[in-house]
Amino acid sequence: MKRYFHHELEDLRKHLILMGERTIDSVRLAAQALLSEDVATAGQVIALDDEIDRLEILIDAECIRYITLRGPVASDVRLITVAMKASHELERAGDEATSIAKRARKLAEKGKIDDFNHIPRMADLALELLRDAMDSFITENVDKAHTVPRRDKEVDDLNRENYVQLTDKISLNPEVSHAAIELIFISKSLERVADHATNIAEEVIFLLKGEDVRHTAEVKRSGM
Amino acid sequence: MNQVISITPSTMSDRDKPAVDAVAAPTPVPTMKPMAVVPPSAPATTAGPPQIAFDIQDLSIFYGAHQAIKNVSLQITAHSVTAIIGPSGCGKSTLLRSLNRMHELTPGARHTGSIRILGDDLYGPGIDPTVVRRRVGMIFQKSNPFPTLTIAENVLVGLRLNGVRDKVFLNRRLEESLRMAALWDEVKDHLHRPGTSLSGGQQQRLCIARAIANRPEILLMDEPCSALDPIATGKVEELIHELSRDYTIVIVTHNMQQAARVSNKTAFMYMGKLVEYGETEQIFMNPKDPQTEAYVSGRFG
Repeated sequence: MKRYFHHELEDLRKHLILMGERTIDSVRLAAQALLSEDVATAGQVIALDDEIDRLEILIDAECIRYITLRGPVASDVRLITVAMKASHELERAGDEATSIAKRARKLAEKGKIDDFNHIPRMADLALELLRDAMDSFITENVDKAHTVPRRDKEVDDLNRENYVQLTDKISLNPEVSHAAIELIFISKSLERVADHATNIAEEVIFLLKGEDVRHTAEVKRSGM
Repeated sequence: MNQVISITPSTMSDRDKPAVDAVAAPTPVPTMKPMAVVPPSAPATTAGPPQIAFDIQDLSIFYGAHQAIKNVSLQITAHSVTAIIGPSGCGKSTLLRSLNRMHELTPGARHTGSIRILGDDLYGPGIDPTVVRRRVGMIFQKSNPFPTLTIAENVLVGLRLNGVRDKVFLNRRLEESLRMAALWDEVKDHLHRPGTSLSGGQQQRLCIARAIANRPEILLMDEPCSALDPIATGKVEELIHELSRDYTIVIVTHNMQQAARVSNKTAFMYMGKLVEYGETEQIFMNPKDPQTEAYVSGRFG
């Protein structure tokens, strides 16, 4: 029996999916602004962040209202908790995209970058993980969700390599230090986007299977 | 009311008297025209400020020396569901019953203050309580179909007692009422079986069909789901939600989750007083009064 208030959960799902799409757009445009040194695109990312923030507030309000009035249990209560946590992860990923866009704007104003190190590859991977985490939610595909934490390790490794390479560059030529420091921050932001994607995937596993895989050997990132 | 009492099962307490009490006139009204097929009041989508179904001002109700309701004032919005919650003995059932003057059936009952129903003085001189009860139907805690009547007869008993004889009209009203009560599909092939042959949940929906067959403007429900299992409760709650498009519904419930699920506004009563009244979301999410907070969060007492 479908109850008259169950459509509220459908609306919640739709809003989370929309927030995921907006966040993916935001990260994609931030990477594009950086790599093509496009100041206008950077502005688009900053504008998009306001919409992501509004969706986070909307989703939180919907969740709190549903908990208060509808007494959710079982998969319904898992959906509510997942929506609250995943929307927070998406909001943070959106903030990282904004940070990248702002740094991209600064870099573009200072001149051309001849080497982005592993950043293009990291941006592709981070976006892929974010897309797959959200796809696993939309299609309720737990196998796909399980692949996300595993692939996050590659992004972590690339970030560490970026750090080593960029700090070496600064040691060799202090004149590049401004651009190199910006790139270190951008690399870190992309690494964080992938972390947020991983956290979302972990929440999706909890939603679909009721298993809490956070901080388990399967998804441990440290020491890799 | 002698005629009514004669068709009321003798085992019923005053509390569980059938809703049809509320519509039975002392004598049939032969000249009465069939009532409107559509509910008489405008749908909820009508523009403009929300209509006030009940305007209760400074109401106090006494049963002999005992004061059950103490200076309650509140306005109940039309075409919405209002829940009255509170611990046993807080006066919520008395308040509900005062809305169609059912409390007057208790010996020694008297009141001060006023209640206006859609603008009319409910207790004004010359107001016939039986006419009031035609406008304000009532559903009770225990489903109470007349045991000697069939499903169809149960639904139509109020109209028949009011002198309606047009068979085409009665058949149409029978189907409409059972459809509105979400019972038609389950009973359409055995309308002539006794009303009591139905399950508890179906009997309660039959009582709702019986109440709405008379096209009241307002439905009062006194713990309508307390004797039902969760599935039957779900069906009745669905029905309440559906009916609220056309009717003003006031429901007394012990089940706070039910109040949260079905109502637009909630009134919390304690020891005869109205402690807090507001949007249901506000009452359950952010109550202003510490007593309301304690009650809705289960910390009361």
